[in-house]
This record gives sequence, structure tokens and C-alpha cells, in this order.
Amino acid sequence: MIRIAFSIALLAASGLAWPAGGGEDLEHAGSNVHDLASVQRGASMFMNYCHSCHSVQYMRYQRLAQDLELTEEQVRDNLIFADREITDYMKAAMPEASGEWFGKKPPDLTLTSRSRGEDWIYSFLKGFYLTDEGWNNTVLANASMPHVLWELQGIQRPVMETYTDANGEEQTRIAELEIDQAGLMTSAEYDQSLRDLVAFMTYLGEPAVLVRESMGVWVLLFLVIFTFLAWLLYKEYWRDIKK
Amino acid sequence: MAKPASTVSRQLSNVGGWIDERIPISSFWKAHISEYYAPKNFNFFYFFGSLALLVLVLQIVTGIFLTMHYKPSAAEAFASVEYIMRDVEWGWMIRYMHSTGASFFFIVVYLHMFRGLMYGSYKSPRELVWILGVFIYLVLMAEAFLGYVLPWGQMSYWGAQVIISLFGAIPVVGDSLVEWIRGDFFVSDSTLNRFFALHVIAVPLALLMLVVLHLAALHEVGSNNPDGIEVKKKKDSAGRPLDGIPFHPYYTVKDIFGVGVFLTLFAFVLFYAPEFGGLFLEPDNFNPADPLVTPEHIVPVWYFTPYYAILRAVPDKLAGVVLMGLAIFVLFLMPWLDRSKVRSIRYKGLGSKILLAVFAITFIRLGMLGMAEGTQAETIESRIWTFAYFAFFILMPFVTKYEKTRPEPERVTK
Repeated sequence: MIRIAFSIALLAASGLAWPAGGGEDLEHAGSNVHDLASVQRGASMFMNYCHSCHSVQYMRYQRLAQDLELTEEQVRDNLIFADREITDYMKAAMPEASGEWFGKKPPDLTLTSRSRGEDWIYSFLKGFYLTDEGWNNTVLANASMPHVLWELQGIQRPVMETYTDANGEEQTRIAELEIDQAGLMTSAEYDQSLRDLVAFMTYLGEPAVLVRESMGVWVLLFLVIFTFLAWLLYKEYWRDIKK
Repeated sequence: MAKPASTVSRQLSNVGGWIDERIPISSFWKAHISEYYAPKNFNFFYFFGSLALLVLVLQIVTGIFLTMHYKPSAAEAFASVEYIMRDVEWGWMIRYMHSTGASFFFIVVYLHMFRGLMYGSYKSPRELVWILGVFIYLVLMAEAFLGYVLPWGQMSYWGAQVIISLFGAIPVVGDSLVEWIRGDFFVSDSTLNRFFALHVIAVPLALLMLVVLHLAALHEVGSNNPDGIEVKKKKDSAGRPLDGIPFHPYYTVKDIFGVGVFLTLFAFVLFYAPEFGGLFLEPDNFNPADPLVTPEHIVPVWYFTPYYAILRAVPDKLAGVVLMGLAIFVLFLMPWLDRSKVRSIRYKGLGSKILLAVFAITFIRLGMLGMAEGTQAETIESRIWTFAYFAFFILMPFVTKYEKTRPEPERVTK
């Protein structure tokens, strides 16, 4: 009977296709939140380029210092730019003013890695391009955010292609982005620094990620041993029942 | 019992006796644990009753700790959950235990219910065990829905909006009913506040009471088993069922092993995949509730999606709500829909086996469709599976009455 039940479940899960879900083509970030050096580099980049406009309102500087193995002095001297205490929540330096500049208050970035995902952030920051109409983005069309990293990445321009859509009409779309004017970084360097940034934002989304996976090993080990002993005990008690 | 050896143990035994003369602890222990005779042929599916109890305790204990830090107000709820995740010592673990526990509760309960369907555990004399169980399931769904609103993320907010508005489909009183539930003209702080009260006190009390009744009813009539025969019919000279064994120590020790396996899986999800690919914790719920921004894609958590698919399969809102309600209500009728001479699927005919297999696939497929975006093709497919869902219950009386069954054994097998 168990076999029947499992085959039913398997049949239902594999034989039938999962209904199609929407989703834009995102590039895989490949960042690693367990690489402390990468997360530290990401933190520095975040503080330099993002934090003046974007808050991380659920996170304290002090927690950051502890988790990233930095001293409070290091954080105070290198990462906190505005007039902030180490115990403060990470509020942006000038959210009010930037709201007026861009027509929309820059969103809080504490949980972006969990709501949008790592790949989204990575692709978004790689997807800025310049046309005659100004800056745009392949992931978030007409994003109100300017490309703050342009001096690092350089300026990308779109290469267009034509294709025939479902109705048989000719349409144009972006085939790829091409560096038109070089930035301070090569594209490999830029990708790596984005991976650092994404790793840091993964950490911001869930600081517990740093401890939970290493702790899990011990908990699982304990439970496996416990379960094995429980199984032995069960076999021992049941010897006289199962003859 | 051996004679008390030392003064200390004699004193303890006296205290035990003193208490026992005043409250029936030892007779209760005997009736429900040490001399409750359960069939000896329980299989894998019989772990899920005790596991459901374990998860219930886990949810209550972790829930108590969460309420110590959670703030049930629209302005603070979301931030207080993040505070628990970051600044409260072990807060992240308590919170993940609670959120993972919610999903595991439904996994366990669905398998527990499937067991009942397979072995005919709803049939006479266990009708009330089954009916109380369906009530538990209903109350559990209410509890889960209320709890899902509390983190006050986008999905909490808009999920509440959609589900509460279902009551608006009821003629005449619908609109005022919706307003009464929300306590406002839209989902707001007052809704969150009352949902908190219901989630932490009112519904858990009802749930606990129903669980006690479910167990009381079970222990009155005795447990069914995979063969679906009554072990009470064959007793030894001392009046003990020949195929029955005392719950303690045999099933306590077996269930501890089950608990070990269960907790291992549970811990794996908790430590390595607490979001479970967006099924247990949905990505959009990491955005704070915003009454002005409607998410593109509002879907309930996975355990509600089979019913959500049925709801969406019907073009008319009221009819959809009625059909969805019916899909759950029809479970109450199971004891009378099954007219078979035998209980267990093992001795039923091919017709019953096909019905149950198709029903299991239907439920899973509806669940998958309920998570999808709801395109035209998916809606049409949902209609077919909705039809299949009800066909299970409509065909059951005929199939079970006319199909050829195999003879039940005299004693339990294996």
C-alpha cells in the first residue's frame, strides 16, 4: 500500500507538467554569502554607492560590525558616513531629498534579496543602458534610479534586433548590451564586485544565514544519531510482537 | 509492582497514592496509554496522528515565544518580525520553527486524512472520530489563515483582502459581514489586531478542545488498522485483543522513532531551506503591506491552493465560493457515502482503488493549478480536475455498493 501511495505521489508530481510561471530572464548571480571577504567588500561598496539614498531600516550598524568581524572603529570610520551612532538602525543619509530628485522615495534595501532575489539584483545592476532618450534598464524598464555605478561599469548601449512576434508582425527588441565607453573596471571586475554586493545584500536580508547553515549540521547529526538509537530501541521492544 | 525498597521511594509511593485517591491519574494512564490496546499492524501512515500532536505542541510553544516580541499593530508588525529575525536571541530559529511548522502541520494532516480514506477509518463506529477530525481541519485552516496575516507583508495583506472578500459573495448580508470581519472599511490595523487575538487565543482553544474530543472518541471505539477489521472481536481469556498491543510501550517507542525521522526532515528545511523555494515563505511577503500597491499575482500559501483552484475554476464568484465550501463540507459525509462491506482499500474492489488514486492525483494537481497564474488553459484544466474532485464523492456510493470486494481476514495480516 505504501508503494502504491508513493507511486501515486510520484506520478502526480512528475507525469504532469508544472503550470507555466512568468519570469524574466535573469542572469545567475553566483554570489556566496559565506565568503566573508566578499561580503566585506560588498559592504564597503554598498556604503559607498547605495546607502546614501537607500535605508536598511531593520538592521543596526553594530550587528553588521559583529557579523562581518569588523571592529566598531572600522565600521564607524569606514562605513558610517552620516552622523550616526553605532547602535542606530541603518537609515539613509538623505532619503527626503532624494525622494524629490527621483520622483519616488528610494526603497528600503533590507529585504530586497529575499523579495526580489539575488539574481534579480545582479541582473538589474548589470542591465543599465543609455539610449538617445536617456538611461533605461533591461530588468526594470524605466527605473527611476540613475545608474550610480556607471563610472565603474562604463556606459552600455543596446544592440537591437528584429524578430517576428506571435501575430506575424515585425518587432524590435534588445539583443544584447555593448560597452560603448569603458569604465574604471573591466567587465569581469565589475561582475565580481556585483557578486560581492549581492553577497552583502543576501546577508542583509537574513543575517541568520551566517549561523544557521553551520549550526544545522550539528542539529542534523544529533537527530540522525537520536533517530538511529530510537530505531534500535523500537526493534528491541518489538522483537516479541513481530515473530 | 515491586515492593518499595527505600524510605524515599515508599514516601513517593504514598504521595502517589494520596493523589490518586483524589484525582484519577493512574486509571487515566491505564485507559489511554498503558492499557489502551492498539492493533499491532499499524504501518507508515499511522505515524501522522502522533506527529500532528507534536507539531501542535511545537506551534503553541514557539507561538508563545513569538508573542513576547511581536507587535500586533499595522505600524509595527512587519518591523517587529524583522526585529525577531535579527535582534532577538534565537528569534530567527523560533520564527522559522513556527513558519516551517505551519506547512509541516498541513503535510502531516493531509497524510493523516489520506490514511483515513485508504483504510476506511471513517466507517462505523468511527464516524464521530472522522467528523471531529474534519472540524479540526477546518479550524486549522482558519488558524493558518489568521496567522499568515500577522507578519503584515504584501501577501499577508492582500491574501486577507481576497479571502475576507469571499464572504462578500453571500447575498444580502455579504457586505456588512465583510465589514464586520475586518472591523473597518478595508483591511487595516483593527483587522490585524483582532486576527492576532483570534490566532493566539480563540482558535487555538477551539483546536485543543477538538483534539481532546477527537482522541476521546477514538479511544472509546478503538483504533482502526490497515486491514480494517475489528481487533476487539478476538480476545484472549483475560479480555485483551489478540491482535492488540498496549499503546505504551509499543507505540510510544515506535512513535519516538517516527518523531526522530520527522524532526530530521523538519530540521533540514528549517536550517537549509526555510523559505522552501517560496512555498513556505513567499517572496512578496518580504515587502511590507502596502494598501496602495496590489501585487500582480495574489495566491494563498500552498496548503490552500487546491481549494483556491476550485474557486477560480468557477466564473461566478458566489458559485465559486459555494463550490469551494462544498468541497470541504462533503468530507463530513464520507461515513455515509462509503457503502462498502469492507473498510480497507486492501479488500475493496478495483473501482475504489481507481477512485482513491485519481482523487489523490486530483488534489495534488489542483494544488499546483491553484499556485499558477490562472491563464485560460489553466482555468479549463482546473474545471476538469474540479469535476474529478466531486466525482470521487458522487461515484463513491455506487462504486462501493456494487463492486466486488475480497473477503476480510479473520486476524490482522503481517
